[in-house]
Amino acid sequence: MFNKILVPVDLAHIDAIQRALSTSADLARHYEAEVCYLAVTTSTPGTVARTPEEYQHKLEAFASGQGEVHGQSTSARCINSPDPTADLDDVILKSIEAVGADLVVMATHLPRHLDAVMPSHGDRIASHTDVSVFLVRPA
Amino acid sequence: MSDEKLDEQNSTGVPAPEGPSGLIDTDYVIGQDNIAGNRFGLEVDLHGKVFTFSGLIILAFVIITLALQNEVGPVFESTRVWLTENLAWFFLGGANIFVLVALGLIFTPLANVRLGGAHATPDFTYAGWFAMLFAAGMGIGLMYFGVSEPLSHFGTSMGGTSMEGGARTDWAPLGAAAGDQDAAISLGMAATIFHWGLHPWGIYAVVALSLALFSFNKGLPLTMRSVFYPVLGERVWGWPGHVIDVIAVFATLFGLATSLGLGAQQATVGLGYLFGVPSGDTTMVLLIIGITIIALGSVTLGVDKGVQRLSQLNMGLAGLLLLFVILAGPTLLIATGFFEYLLSYAKNVLPLSNPIGREDTNFSQGWTSFYWAWWISWSPFVGMFIARVSRGRTVREFLIAVLVIPTVISVLWMTALGGTAIDQVVNKGLDSVSAASGDVQLFEMLSNLPLGLITSSLAIFLVIVFFVTSSDSGSLVIDAITAGGKVDSPKPQRMFWAIIEGAIAIALLLGGGLSALQAMALSAGFPLTLVLLVACYSIIKGLMSEPRAA
Repeated sequence: MFNKILVPVDLAHIDAIQRALSTSADLARHYEAEVCYLAVTTSTPGTVARTPEEYQHKLEAFASGQGEVHGQSTSARCINSPDPTADLDDVILKSIEAVGADLVVMATHLPRHLDAVMPSHGDRIASHTDVSVFLVRPA
Repeated sequence: MSDEKLDEQNSTGVPAPEGPSGLIDTDYVIGQDNIAGNRFGLEVDLHGKVFTFSGLIILAFVIITLALQNEVGPVFESTRVWLTENLAWFFLGGANIFVLVALGLIFTPLANVRLGGAHATPDFTYAGWFAMLFAAGMGIGLMYFGVSEPLSHFGTSMGGTSMEGGARTDWAPLGAAAGDQDAAISLGMAATIFHWGLHPWGIYAVVALSLALFSFNKGLPLTMRSVFYPVLGERVWGWPGHVIDVIAVFATLFGLATSLGLGAQQATVGLGYLFGVPSGDTTMVLLIIGITIIALGSVTLGVDKGVQRLSQLNMGLAGLLLLFVILAGPTLLIATGFFEYLLSYAKNVLPLSNPIGREDTNFSQGWTSFYWAWWISWSPFVGMFIARVSRGRTVREFLIAVLVIPTVISVLWMTALGGTAIDQVVNKGLDSVSAASGDVQLFEMLSNLPLGLITSSLAIFLVIVFFVTSSDSGSLVIDAITAGGKVDSPKPQRMFWAIIEGAIAIALLLGGGLSALQAMALSAGFPLTLVLLVACYSIIKGLMSEPRAA
């Protein structure tokens, strides 16, 4: 049913997205789909990497690591943005088209009042794309 | 790169240089001193000490200023007088050094270094990049001083010099040009261009280049403290670094507040002049609140969709106004004036920038030294913003773009607006322009041209858009500094700073008006000048250790 699963990740907060990672791996195994890990990095040095190239390498290493653990084919896509906080939604939406994903699995937070003015990323993605979106909430 | 090698790097925390750039070896991990998580229902990720100190002091400042509106006024005034009298030489001398370093570097092989490493590619197109450079750097000041400053210098130059007790009491630049109309125009324009030309952009270039270099090429966080790495070494991550960052936050906030205050004042006066809106504190405060709300929208949209688009709108409208004034005003005079005034600037720039033994104390202290302090105080803001959007440019490309292009545009702007106003006074006998107060002069000048109501409305709109672009890019910058150099911190933080900027502008305007704004810009500018002098040394040292492109 699904051939390519797009999983937005933040290498600085891997622990916060563990549930989304295992969900995507399980789904990928079931549908024999490829998992594409997407990250948005800054051109300025950040916590994970000091250059965009370094981030790209770390993401590739992360993707192949996940592939080995779960025994499935994975790929990595790293996008550089001057303002990741603001551009994240756009980057994900464009990447869905670019990699030809048919399912997005992403971590999100519990609903809260603030969502009315500042919707969560998952919220925005789900309402702006044609493909299926699986929002994974914290336990 | 193999995974094994990556693991090795992770374990030491020191990544090897990727591609040709000279990363600095440090164990510091960006964000290691940050408080991150969910506080009060909001996501936060901020530098514990820098954010807390600057936030608390600023809040206290706003509250005290608002509570003791009548008492703080005289304090601000005497601070301003003391600082301009005693530190004028320091500001003038410092600015000269910055210009010389920035200009000199263009002609050295060091300028071949590419920001972000030899293989980096630019994030923005030339058009978007220039628009953001210019909108961030000059902004509201161009609207406020575009007409009033040339007129003022022309008037004082015509008036000649006057002495009392061995000191000059007139406000004319240099030796004035008593009674000689052409010479007075030429000197007045040279003095104006001097304040808006190479010097401010030299200051910005130094800050922006040092930040870009130490962040993109050396891998240090995008905050002022990184520039001190060649001097302080690992100590920049401790208290000396916290202090430098807090100074940068203060300077940015007060420098911005000065600009925002000027903008609010001019927009209020303009609305009153055109539409009879009562000009008073209430209108001004409402205006600042309204504009801050728009700025909040813009920071939420981010650099690409918020700031860049507004900057381009801004440049488009400013270009339209400029073109209109050139065509509807004395076109030939502006065209010849452009070269004439540029020449006059070249002739007078050395005596005008001389920091010691000046006889024109009112001019050099009241105008030049205030301007320099103002430019310096908001240089971390402009510099950091310019740095952030300049990755992928070579140092030479960067310096030419930051120094030369904005200077030429400023000259054209001042020639067109100021030249038209002077022409109205001198050749057409329209004294209303020179008789009006500084913040009305722009609207008086426009009303003497055709379509006055439309162009004046456009001018007010421009002031407001400039206000927004300054406030939103300023919030992004302060957010980055107070988040330990992270530019991907949660949105509520940048919104907090946008609100604080509006609050400071309101507090200062109510607590002491323009004089309070100037006093705070000057006080913040002094420690920062010291910081920038160190930055000059760091730039050269940093560039020398960088691999150069052929």
